[in-house]
Amino acid sequence: MKRNSKKRGLATTKDKFEIKRRDFLTLLGGGVMVYFGTGNSSELLAMPLAQRRELSKDYNAFLRIDEDGTVHCHTGKIEMGQGPITSLPQQIADELDVDLESVKMVMGDTMLCPYDAGTWGSLTTREFSHYMRAAGAEARAVLLQLASEQLEVPVEDLGVNKGVISIKANPKKKVSYGELTKGQRIERFMDEKPPVKDHTQFHYVGQALLHSDGVLKVRGKAEFTGDLKLPGMVYAKVLRPPSHLSKLLSVDYSEAEKLEGIEVVRDEQLLAVLHELPDKAEEALAMIKAEYSPDDLDVDHHSIFEYLLNAPSDSQEVRSSGNLEDGKAISEEIIESEFHDGYVAHSPIEAHTALANWEGAKVTVWASAQSPFGLQDEIARTFEMELDDVRVISPFLGGGFGGKIYHPQGIEAARIAKLAQKPVMVAYTREEEFFMDYFRPAAVVKIKSGITKEGKIALWDFKQYFAGNRGSDTIYDVPNAKTTGIREKRGTPVHPFPTGAWRAPGNNTNTFARESQVDILAEKAGIDPVQFRLDNLADKKMIAVIEALAEKFDYTPKVGPSGRGIGMACGTDAGTWVAVMIEVKVDAKTGNVQPIRAVCSQDMGLCVNPQGSILQAESCVTMGMGYALSEDVEFKGGDVITSNFDSYQLPLFSWVPQTIDTVILDRQDQAPQGGGEPAIICMGGALANAIFDACGARVYQMPMTPERILEAIKGQP
Amino acid sequence: MKEESIQFTLNGKKTEITIDPTLTLLWVLRDQFGLTGTKYSCGSGYCGACTIIINNEAVRSCAMKVGEISGSEIITIEGLSNKEKLHPLQKAFVEKDALQCGFCTPGMIMNAYGLLLNNPEPTREEIIEGMEDNLCRCGAHIRIIEAIQAAGQEMKGGKKS
Ligand code: FES
Ligand code: FES
Repeated sequence: MKRNSKKRGLATTKDKFEIKRRDFLTLLGGGVMVYFGTGNSSELLAMPLAQRRELSKDYNAFLRIDEDGTVHCHTGKIEMGQGPITSLPQQIADELDVDLESVKMVMGDTMLCPYDAGTWGSLTTREFSHYMRAAGAEARAVLLQLASEQLEVPVEDLGVNKGVISIKANPKKKVSYGELTKGQRIERFMDEKPPVKDHTQFHYVGQALLHSDGVLKVRGKAEFTGDLKLPGMVYAKVLRPPSHLSKLLSVDYSEAEKLEGIEVVRDEQLLAVLHELPDKAEEALAMIKAEYSPDDLDVDHHSIFEYLLNAPSDSQEVRSSGNLEDGKAISEEIIESEFHDGYVAHSPIEAHTALANWEGAKVTVWASAQSPFGLQDEIARTFEMELDDVRVISPFLGGGFGGKIYHPQGIEAARIAKLAQKPVMVAYTREEEFFMDYFRPAAVVKIKSGITKEGKIALWDFKQYFAGNRGSDTIYDVPNAKTTGIREKRGTPVHPFPTGAWRAPGNNTNTFARESQVDILAEKAGIDPVQFRLDNLADKKMIAVIEALAEKFDYTPKVGPSGRGIGMACGTDAGTWVAVMIEVKVDAKTGNVQPIRAVCSQDMGLCVNPQGSILQAESCVTMGMGYALSEDVEFKGGDVITSNFDSYQLPLFSWVPQTIDTVILDRQDQAPQGGGEPAIICMGGALANAIFDACGARVYQMPMTPERILEAIKGQP
Repeated sequence: MKEESIQFTLNGKKTEITIDPTLTLLWVLRDQFGLTGTKYSCGSGYCGACTIIINNEAVRSCAMKVGEISGSEIITIEGLSNKEKLHPLQKAFVEKDALQCGFCTPGMIMNAYGLLLNNPEPTREEIIEGMEDNLCRCGAHIRIIEAIQAAGQEMKGGKKS
C-alpha cells in the first residue's frame, strides 16, 4: 500500500481574515487562475448541489496553478474523516496529469471556494468530483492550447507528464504548467468541453492511499475549530432551558456578574456568560437562576411509539405495483410485524464549536460545519447582511455524520460576538451537544407480507411512520407491493425536539425492518436466509453483491435459527448496493451480544480510493453496532435526559469483531457512487438476524439491548 | 480562588506557572500553553479524548485540577515524539490508517502509550481492555488495535523514536 506522504493543509488561520472577495483575484495574481465553466448550466441547476444558491459559471469549480506548479484545488466540501482530502487530489491529479504531491486542497472556506451546498449524502465523489474532474480536464486542454501557441506546434504534437508539456517528437522542448503562465493571468474557456478520462487512463484513481492528513492528526497538529484562538477572545457559555418546549420567563444573573472578569450578554432568549477562561464562564453559568415555562408534553422514550402512531400525519405512497388483494390470495402464509426504533444522537467526538470575529460590518466564523455555505446563508439572514460580508471557514471536523448540517453554534457565536464586540468561542459541552442535537427520528415500521408455498414473496405492504422514505422501497422482486411513507403534517411537528439527517437518513430504520422481516419469511418458508434472498431478487447487482458476500464469509447455507449466530442484511444507499454479514455470540443469561467477525460487500461503481472506501465500510460496521445494540436517547417531553457518554453507550473496543473484511466489486468502468453511508444501513438487520440465528429470539425494537434480547428469549414458544 | 505558583515538567521542559489551582488541567494545557492536541469531548472522564501522561500513567486531564500536578512530569501528544520523527505509536497509527476524523486520535495514542509503558507486550485482549474506555465515533477501533500491536512490537524491538 502506498502512502500519500506529503501533508495537505487546510485553509484555516493562516489565511488572512481581511481578504475581500473582490481582492481575491489580485491576491492569487502570482499564479495563474483558470476559470472553468462546467457546461450546461440548466443541467447543473438540476443537481442537488445547486439547490439553494445559483451556481456561478466562474465559481462552481475552480483550480489555481502557482508558478511553481502547485495546484490548489478549491472545494466547499469539508473533511470530517470521510476522506475527500485524499480522494479529490487523486482525481484532479489524474485529469490534469500532475504529480499527486503537487495538489493542495483548500476546503470549506466560503471566500476561497466555489459554492457548495454542503458535505452530506455521500455526494462528494458521486456528484462534486464530476465537476472537479471536468474542470481539471478543461484546465489541461486550455494549458495545452497555451503551450501549443508558445512552442509553435499543434496541440496534437504535445504530451503532458507531471505538469510539464513537451513536444512528443522532441521532448527537450517543453514548458511546465507553471512556467507557461508566468506573469499573466489567463482566463479562457474551452468552447467544446473536453471529456474526462476513463478508467483505462487513470494513474492515481484506483490506488489505495492512506489518509493524507494522518501525520498532522497523529501529532495533534490538525486544527479543529476549538483549537483556534484570537487575541482578546472569550469563551461564551449559553444558558439552556431544561426542555425544548420551555421558554425563559425570568432570570437573575446578579451573582454570576459578581465573578471577576465575567460579562453577561443577553438578546431576548439568548443569554450568555463570557470569560477568557472556559472554567470561569462555566462557573458563572451555574450561578444563574432562571425560571422557565413548564413543559407538560406527556411522552417519553417508552411511550413514543404509541404517540407516533397516533400523531397527526400525512400519508404518501412511495410505490405500488400489482394488487395487495391478489398477493394475499396467493400467499400460503401472511406475516405482520411492527418494528420500533428509538431516537439516536450523532455524538461526534468533537462537539459543535464556533469562533466568531466581527471586523466592522463584516464577520468571519470558523465552525465545525458540514455546510459552511449554509452557515454563511444563515448568518447573512440573521443579521440582514450581504453574503460577501460573511466568511465561514470549516477547519477539520471531528466527525459529522449528518449532525453538523445545521449550525446553531455558529449563529450563537456571531450574535454573542456582536453583542460583546470581541471574538467569541462557543464550544458546546457534551451536555449541550446532546441537548442541541437533532436526533435520528424515532420511528415505527409496519410490514404485512406473504409467501407462496414455493417460498416466493407474493405480498409486501410496507408502511413507515416518521423514519423517512430513504431505503423504504423493497429491493425484492415482489409482484404485489406497496410502500407508504407517513410523515409530519405541515405545521404540526411530531417530535418533541428537532430531528434530522443521521448517516444514511431513514435507511437504517427501514432496512432493519425490511431485512428482519425477510428473515422471518425465510424461516417460515424453511429456506436458508441467504438463499431465500437470492430466490426473491431480480436485481442483478444485488445478487452479485450477496454472492460475493457469502463467498468472502465462506458461508454454508442452513435454515435459521441455526445456532451459529450468523445474520445478513442488504440494501441500497447513495447509489451503492451493499450487504453485510456478521457472526455473533449471544449470552442467553445476560442478553449480551458479542460480534465475532463481519464481512461487507459493495458495488459502488468506480472506487477512487479503495483504502478510503474500506475504512468507511469498517466505520459503518463499527458505528452501526451502536444504533443497533445500545444507543437510545432518553427524554421526557422536550427534556433530553441523556446528557453524556455514561448513559449514551457508543460502541467500545470490546464490541468490535475480530475481523471486518470488505469486498468492493470491480466496477471501475462505471460511475462512482457513495461510500460514506451505505454499509451502515445493514447493521440493524444483520445484527437482528444474527441474534435470531444464535438463539431463536426475534427482537423487533432497536436498540436491541440485552434487556430486550432477554425479553425476546423469554417470550419464545 | 487565589493564584499559586505550580512547578512541573511539561514535555521535558521545567515549567512554572502562577495560576488559580482549581482550573481544569485540560483547559490550562489548551489555553495557557497552546497544547491543543489534547481534546475536549465529554469533560467528565468518559471518553479519553483529553488523555495525557502524568508520571508514566495515562490520565484524563478533564478530570484534574491544575493544582494537582505540582512536581509531576507531564507528556502531551505534542511531546511524544522528538521533533521531526514520529513516535512508533504515531507512525503505526498513520501506517495502519487507524484514524478518520482524527479527533479522538491524540487521546487514543496517549492512552496506548500509557498502556505500553506499563505493559510493553500486551496481547490483543489486553489492548482491548486497556483501550476500552476511549471512545471513537468514527469506528477506527479495529485499526487502532492493530496499530498498538505494531507499535508495541516495534518499541520492544528496540527501535527508538
Ligand atoms: S474529555 Fe476528558 S474524558 Fe472526555
Ligand atoms: S477518528 Fe473520529 S472519533 Fe475516532
